[in-house]
Amino acid sequence: MSADIAIEELHFSFNAGERPVTLFDKLKLTVGRGETFGILGPSGCGKSTLLRIIAGVQRHWSGRIRLFEHAIVPGARFKGALRCEIQMVFQDPYASLHPLHTVERALTEPLVVHGVADAGTVALERLQEVGLSAHLARRYPRELSGGQRQRVAIARALLLGPRLLLLDEPTSALDLSAQAEILNLLNRLKRSHDMTLILVSHDRGVIAHLCDRAAVMQGGRIEKILHRSELSQV
Amino acid sequence: MPDEASKLLVRELTVRSAAPGERALVDGVSFAVGTERVALVGESGSGKSLTARAILGLPSPPLTAVAAELRFGAIDLQDLDARAWAALRGSRLSLVLQDPRRSLNPVLTVGWQLHEALQLHGRYSRAERLERIEAMLHSAGLAPSVLSLYPQQLSGGMGQRVVLAMMLLNGPGLLIADEPTSALDVSLRDQVLELMCGLVSAHGTGLLLISHDLQQVARHCDRVLIMYRGRIVDTCPAAALPLSTHPYTRTLWSSRPNGRTYGTELPVFDPT
Repeated sequence: MSADIAIEELHFSFNAGERPVTLFDKLKLTVGRGETFGILGPSGCGKSTLLRIIAGVQRHWSGRIRLFEHAIVPGARFKGALRCEIQMVFQDPYASLHPLHTVERALTEPLVVHGVADAGTVALERLQEVGLSAHLARRYPRELSGGQRQRVAIARALLLGPRLLLLDEPTSALDLSAQAEILNLLNRLKRSHDMTLILVSHDRGVIAHLCDRAAVMQGGRIEKILHRSELSQV
Repeated sequence: MPDEASKLLVRELTVRSAAPGERALVDGVSFAVGTERVALVGESGSGKSLTARAILGLPSPPLTAVAAELRFGAIDLQDLDARAWAALRGSRLSLVLQDPRRSLNPVLTVGWQLHEALQLHGRYSRAERLERIEAMLHSAGLAPSVLSLYPQQLSGGMGQRVVLAMMLLNGPGLLIADEPTSALDVSLRDQVLELMCGLVSAHGTGLLLISHDLQQVARHCDRVLIMYRGRIVDTCPAAALPLSTHPYTRTLWSSRPNGRTYGTELPVFDPT
């Protein structure tokens, strides 16, 4: 199995006043190509921070990270292909969509920025792919239900054809029925797109339902890796 | 079972917005709660929280609530003025909300707020109040030291225990809990529900528990009402839930993911 993500000797500290607080020390993690990898742990264990480092949002770390064929340099912004290849979906879809932009605008903007021709048509195709009808394109985020908003956020993440999709608690703001719909959508997209997925959650059931392998995190350390046979017992 | 023993009787409750021609948000809902634990379960937007707010006389404007009958014991809830409601709410009819940090006053200590709950609804000396409060804190699994803390110094689970203690201090006949564990960590949810149901049974209080998680409430309640788009579509004893034949109940029952659902589609309710 060739690895899409290889993290070695990762060190990360928060600057809390005078003394930095170390979260990760010599963290090691490998995620294979096409794998759906889960990160499970309680609040404050560092699972979202790890995701933000992989996404290039948190850049003040040291160690070695390789994403696909790119070696990542600490402190530097992602450039070129990586900006399309890695996409993220956040916990609260309302906070991650601009409240004054319609769905259509939210979905065409990334395409226009990257110079994709015929942005409007591509955006509508993606909207339909996540199970939303075209007439919702004219709506504002406040006019959508929580489940619909999270579908828009997923559609946006798919626009530029990512190879790695990062999902930070994508269903914990939703009720069980909407959660089931989003998990079904993710399962379907996983099959139709050739993507690697990293899913962060504190819900063991969600991780066990979706993931091929999962890391259990506690206090900034990976305590163990659960393989599929162990996940099936959850 | 609308008989003598029922504490709460709701008949044909309808909540609608002021705009003409709009679908009723709660559409002719009828049920009764006795000295038992009843769960009201449905997805977001099914009208379960609106039902609870209407029972407590708190429909948010521009919504209006009307019912053929809305009784709490011998009291007609549709015939109360603001003064009568103030005497009823928090003493005989209590409400626990989702987020304890929003139910507590952030600038007053826990002790102050617990004393106030007793002062508003009874005549007790300070020593009597303290005695009742300490006994209640003990049964809610809290140490007396929380009395001097402010709400932001409490964890989510502790905060919800404080709210629960406050709501049960006056020995209410009925406790309505609206998603009391949704803001808590998954590992804490069962613990808080267990505590709530234990306390309610010990005090002979009726419980109306509102939730979207059918499997979870089934472990803690006697009877379950299933609500879908403003109507109660199914009613059954908690123990009989796995056998329910109603398609919506079956969907809700099996929509929780786990290790054995890997690679399968989770059931999603499609009314067509």
